[in-house]
Amino acid sequence: MEILMSILIGFLFMAAVYLILSRSLIRIIIGTGLLSHGTHLLLLTMGGLGGESAPVLADGITDYADPLPQALILTAIVISFGVTAFSLVLAYRTYKVVGTDNMDLMKGNEDND
Amino acid sequence: MINLLLFPVLIPFLFAAVLLLFPKKVKAQRIVTMIGLLFALASSFVLLYKVKVDGVQALTLGSWAPPFGITMVSDMLSALLVTSSLIIALFVVWYSFTSIGEEREKAFYYPAILFMLTGVNGAFTTGDIFNMFVFFEVLLMSSYVLIVLGGEKVQLKESIKYIIVNVVSSSLFVITVGYLYSVVGTLNMADISVKLAEVGPSGIVTVIAVLFLIVFGIKGGIFPLFFWLPGSYAAPPVPVLALFGALLTKVGVYAIMRTYTLFFTADIGYTHNLLMILSILTIVVGCIGALAYFDVKQIIIYNIVIAVGVILFGASVMNESGMMGSVFYLIHDILIKGALFLLIGIIIKITGTSDLRKMGGLMKRYPLLAWCYLIVAFGLAGIPPLSGFIGKLLIVQGGFEGELLWQSIFILASSLLVLLSAIRIFIYAFWGEEKGDHLISKKKYRHLLAPAITLAGITVLYGVGAEYLVPFMADATNVLLDPSIYVDAVFEGVK
Repeated sequence: MEILMSILIGFLFMAAVYLILSRSLIRIIIGTGLLSHGTHLLLLTMGGLGGESAPVLADGITDYADPLPQALILTAIVISFGVTAFSLVLAYRTYKVVGTDNMDLMKGNEDND
Repeated sequence: MINLLLFPVLIPFLFAAVLLLFPKKVKAQRIVTMIGLLFALASSFVLLYKVKVDGVQALTLGSWAPPFGITMVSDMLSALLVTSSLIIALFVVWYSFTSIGEEREKAFYYPAILFMLTGVNGAFTTGDIFNMFVFFEVLLMSSYVLIVLGGEKVQLKESIKYIIVNVVSSSLFVITVGYLYSVVGTLNMADISVKLAEVGPSGIVTVIAVLFLIVFGIKGGIFPLFFWLPGSYAAPPVPVLALFGALLTKVGVYAIMRTYTLFFTADIGYTHNLLMILSILTIVVGCIGALAYFDVKQIIIYNIVIAVGVILFGASVMNESGMMGSVFYLIHDILIKGALFLLIGIIIKITGTSDLRKMGGLMKRYPLLAWCYLIVAFGLAGIPPLSGFIGKLLIVQGGFEGELLWQSIFILASSLLVLLSAIRIFIYAFWGEEKGDHLISKKKYRHLLAPAITLAGITVLYGVGAEYLVPFMADATNVLLDPSIYVDAVFEGVK
């Protein structure tokens, strides 16, 4: 199962890097979204998959799931949602003000070069 | 007062929350922000005293015994950094009253600063590696707001890049924490230190160390990873720039120092050598940048990069003089960069441009500003007895003790280039014929100069009074070089 997850995570990272390297702003933001999904899955896998029971202390239960990665992922998901929402709004404003969503045209600034 | 070490984190947070309620009342915003910062500063001084007298303070939230609960730890290094970050924030806010403009003040400028302080102080205080990520996000999110506030074209263009770089580096942070968790099975930094010492030198730990270097290097602006810094930092107005330049990169530097002294001490030959090489290259690139530009903002921004290199070089040699020099220089740099940016801001306000070639002859009308800038520039370059000198001397001494002859000579030589770059501003802006319009009224000039001069005075005191600070710095150095002090303080109640 871990192997399968690793391949999936690698695939997500690949797609994320491909999208982040493209020129369009909206593709880049989708790319960062995929990147954080891959990250969360990786965090889950790193804690070790499996475990039959809920992580509640009771007699006779030894094979329980690790609760910590799930708590971490919950935090990380909330943060990445917030950042993605912010960057989407910012991308919209930038498109309105600068007049393009092409990163190639956003290089440099007028004062310095 | 068991919660004392949380006060510098919580007081800015509470005041920021209150400030959100009445964004349009500018006067009230200013007063409440000042009161909040003064309270936080007072609590941080109490904390400093407490840490000095009673040693490292640790607090386990909800009384969950470590390593299961979240721990907050305040050792001397973090107490010093918390205090200096609050000092800088106080002066930047004071300076903002006349500088930032009412439009921005009404758009949640002060709450954003206070939330950023929550993140910065939290990152300095936390004793839990995932919690450090969360506090990093808190400070980053507020910095996104600050960098884009005002919505000028340049700001929008640069903040997009800033955000993307930081989102990617945050993902890398979580990935690295995930790897670390799979190796040691814990997130508590003291516990990680113990467990990694048991694991000993191994390939995967070195990989994690390098990944952490990349993550914090992006935030701190070390050599190959500083590419976003000059562009993004030049975009926002000067008070925000001062806050970013003084504080944000230092959080990355602090995180590198913390992880590289607490966790990754098994394979020093590889990790710390890498850190040393990168810090030297950082200084080289910073010097080239600082001399290449005619833009005052860019010159000082590249000086941030140089300072990061110097601090990390001191940390990488891992002996007592080097580490103590690093701590000295870290605090020095927070204060002096704040003062420099505030002074540069006045120059830009007077002349209406940041291009050196378009300004000149300010000496005649603004002598106080000129002398103040000269003193700060000398302090930056490290001319004794000003504050840069002691730190750099100790770092170089540490380098010689660690038999890094050439690298240490290099650090000394970089001081000359720093001096040259700072003096270039002085020559171009203050000497020569008067050029351009003087766009600023006398009253406004005085209001801007007051905080800048006071902060410059503090940097001078920091240098002249270094003797009184040595015991504090020695405490910070001891904790960094001997992780068992830190670990024992965290596990005190358990054993």
